[in-house]
Amino acid sequence: MLEIRNLHATVAGKDILKGLDLTVRAGEVHAIMGPNGSGKSTLAHVLAGREGYEVTQGTVRFEGKNLLELPPEARACEGLFLGFQYPVEIPGVSNLTLLKAALNAQRKHRGAPEIDATDFLVWVRECARVMGIDPKMLSRGVNEGFSGGEKKRNEILQMLVLQPRLAILDETDSGLDIDALKVVAEGINRLRAPQRAFVLVTHYQRLLDYVQPDFVHVLAGGRIVKSGGPELARELEEKGYGWLEAA
Amino acid sequence: MATQPEDLRELMRRREYRAGFVTAIESETVPPGLSEDVIRLISANKREPQWLLDFRLKAYRRWLTMEEPKWAHVHYPPIDFQAISYFSRPKSLAQRPKSLDEVDPKLLETYQKLGIPLKEQEMLAGVASPVAVDVVFDSVSVATTFKQKLAEAGVIFCPISEAVQEYPELVKKYLGSVVPFGDNFYAALNSAVFTDGSFVYVPKGVRCPMELSTYFRINERNTGQFERTLIIAEDGAYVSYLEGCTAPQRDENQLHAAVVELVALDDAQIKYSTVQNWYPGDEQGRGGIYNFVTKRGDCRGKRSRISWTQVETGSAITWKYPSCILRGDDSVGEFYSVAVTNNRQQADTGTKMIHVGKNTRSTIVSKGISAGYGQQSYRGLVRVLETAENARNHTRCDSLLIGDRCGAHTFPYTEVRNPTARLEHEATTSKIAEDQLYYCRARGISEEEAVSMIVNGFCKEVFKELPMEFAVEAGKLLAVSLEGAVG
Repeated sequence: MLEIRNLHATVAGKDILKGLDLTVRAGEVHAIMGPNGSGKSTLAHVLAGREGYEVTQGTVRFEGKNLLELPPEARACEGLFLGFQYPVEIPGVSNLTLLKAALNAQRKHRGAPEIDATDFLVWVRECARVMGIDPKMLSRGVNEGFSGGEKKRNEILQMLVLQPRLAILDETDSGLDIDALKVVAEGINRLRAPQRAFVLVTHYQRLLDYVQPDFVHVLAGGRIVKSGGPELARELEEKGYGWLEAA
Repeated sequence: MATQPEDLRELMRRREYRAGFVTAIESETVPPGLSEDVIRLISANKREPQWLLDFRLKAYRRWLTMEEPKWAHVHYPPIDFQAISYFSRPKSLAQRPKSLDEVDPKLLETYQKLGIPLKEQEMLAGVASPVAVDVVFDSVSVATTFKQKLAEAGVIFCPISEAVQEYPELVKKYLGSVVPFGDNFYAALNSAVFTDGSFVYVPKGVRCPMELSTYFRINERNTGQFERTLIIAEDGAYVSYLEGCTAPQRDENQLHAAVVELVALDDAQIKYSTVQNWYPGDEQGRGGIYNFVTKRGDCRGKRSRISWTQVETGSAITWKYPSCILRGDDSVGEFYSVAVTNNRQQADTGTKMIHVGKNTRSTIVSKGISAGYGQQSYRGLVRVLETAENARNHTRCDSLLIGDRCGAHTFPYTEVRNPTARLEHEATTSKIAEDQLYYCRARGISEEEAVSMIVNGFCKEVFKELPMEFAVEAGKLLAVSLEGAVG
């Protein structure tokens, strides 16, 4: 599904990713862990297509397509979803308006007709229920005045509504209390399916207690320095990252 | 629902000013220049009574002594008032057509192209919610629809030139009673040379059975349009009125100096909405309409109410302050405005709320959007006189910037001479941030659609004041006006 080869990227002239390789197949859940500043968020934004994140070398193929030549909206329409570490507030635009515009843009890309207004509401409310989001919040401005936890839950809500093929969740677990963490994990697990894949970018292992990954990778110095199974996450929790960086 | 992404996307693709075409039609145009003779000619042409000619001449003589206002935050080369033609009409309208069947098909086609099918409009009567339309082409009114139906309700809706003939006592009583002939430079000019416009009279206790609308079109080259609108709502009457404006795409600037007067008597309500889309000029700022307009409503009666709602997307320069004089006790004035300046457009717009009566209330909501090199100023005055016990005003003034070469300025003035007054003022300036656009795009929404969604959200409060069918129009118009504003 996703094939990253020898990826180099710079942000504001600074080399952040230095030869990253990663292969994600359908149905898999990958966790990318690593110390602060190792390039985890950069990887997430390079994949989503943020301006100012410049790829200097390497290739990224998504479902056989050259991902890097697509603008961000086309990547999303192809089924790539980025859960933001810092979700953005858009005052005046309701969550419903954003979701409907996004869903319809993606449907149009697939050649499907616009969603029926009633079907849309029923669908969004169902997703909101799963995420424990008050339906009233759906009519409020996008992330406007939401608490940190509410914003993160709102990201997962958007993911549930849009049903992406590949979801990259950038530190979705940070700043969540244990109850919110369980709700977020529930949202992710609900979407796990043989045709879908996840890349969980995280600093801590605690999300992985609730979402069992198939692979765990350690990103340090802009490259993946170690890969393994779920046990690697627990090892990192015990020993920290120092032993890897030293190695 | 103000946003209809599908329609917006469709419109986004159309890069040109859609109303920019010229109708090839034979016109009678008075040669450029202004003098007492020209005024006499206009007046004679319209077979006007002596008192109206006197009104025009008084205004002209006053105008000669006045200077163009310079305080607005707009810049343009001096206007040569002798280079403008003050009267132009399609030849076929020398005799006013008695019904739509007599109107030159080319003219009807013009309005059809602009999305105002006059014929269908009449045939659709009784279906959906009909809108009565008066259309003004250059200096004359072409046709007014639904006159019969309105007459049954006792409502008069006709070109002001016709009202002068048919209802001279009403026109004489109210014309210039809200905006005196010497009020300001452009109002004086208008009073001297105004050609046509709409006249509305709603008698006591009558709720006007449909929306009234006037559609202004400048077609002829080098002409100015000086329309004059007068709306009177008697005790307990209600009327909702909407005006729309377009002009062909031309390299030179054209002047539009209108005067609108509203009079609301006891318990009367007037809702006046504008969707202004005069040609804004091209990206370099060549051409476009100078929209220098005086609009004022007089809440003359107790508990009367006047609301101005404007969506200003066109014109090279806008200079416009729809105002309310809150004379009657417990009267209410409202001003809801969305103004867009893109490319090289400039706008200095706002309102004046003059509190005279007791317990008078006013609300001001101004939403300014600047993109490209657009420059925009909000200029508002809230004045509370000694007599205005317990006056209330709430002002909200928001600016949205797109890009970093445009500007937004706010000039709020308050003058309070009664200590019981309570005034609130809120103002914000925000930018469509790069991360907001990225966030939307990461969800699959294109950049232009994201801008349009954010702008529509920003304007929601004002759009909801527009009559339903126009709220949708306004949203689309905004999207078109901001085409290419990003990226």
